Amino acid sequence: MTERAGRRVDPDVDLRVPRDRRELARHPAAVVGAVAVGGVLGSLARAGLQAAFPHGPGTFAWATFGINLTGCLLIGALMAVLRAVGGGSALARPFLGVGVLGGFTTFSTYVVDVHQALVAGAPGVALGYLVSTVVGALLAVWAGDTLAGRLLRRSDR
Amino acid sequence: MNVLLVALGAALGAPLRYLTDRAVQARFGSAFPWGTLTVNVVGSLALGFLVGLPVAPAVSALVGTGFCGALTTWSTLSYETLQLARSGGRLRALANMLGSVAASLAAATIGYALARALTG
Repeated sequence: MTERAGRRVDPDVDLRVPRDRRELARHPAAVVGAVAVGGVLGSLARAGLQAAFPHGPGTFAWATFGINLTGCLLIGALMAVLRAVGGGSALARPFLGVGVLGGFTTFSTYVVDVHQALVAGAPGVALGYLVSTVVGALLAVWAGDTLAGRLLRRSDR
Repeated sequence: MNVLLVALGAALGAPLRYLTDRAVQARFGSAFPWGTLTVNVVGSLALGFLVGLPVAPAVSALVGTGFCGALTTWSTLSYETLQLARSGGRLRALANMLGSVAASLAAATIGYALARALTG
């Protein structure tokens, strides 16, 4: 059940991918459980980093910035590896992709921190954080996918 | 204490993202990632509302860091945008990224304003 490159859009679940479509009916408890456990681990790592590197109102949220870019780099690499091995174990994507990386990264904290910077009277910080996260996230996911793809092709030879 | 609350919120938020994504795709198809957009906008509305309320740190850990944090995602959004751009949907890729940021920022702003209005 290999996936054609470029076919999948959503790494959490894409109902056009047969394996994704069937996984919940086949192993409902295992899939939901893997997503939950992965989500807990990713979220605790995020909470730990945010507590270790706090930021004041109106200042750049470096911890969340680093967390989100790292998660984007890793999802690119993970999906390249899973594609190369034909999807891997049935719980690999639900646990690592949907759970760990989905739980590690956060969109709500990102937009609320942008809004709170505006409320605190720091529009420059808000705009800088807004734009640098978007650009950084896209570069990171591209880099993760490209680098993992290159390493996999090299190890094939 | 707070660690357990973050874990509990995340144990609900992450599966809810997965199940919502499936439900939205079953209804609206999978060509455009409406499911991820939905969870990101709803989670941002909820977190904006929470930040506008005078809540205890325990509630913030459970609902904000745990639930909203795990419900919403940057990794999924960035990968979808990459895949849309690669499959020739440059305009859809742009719409996904800018639409997610704009709609979620608007949602967080509305949530925050609503909480402030309710608590005076």
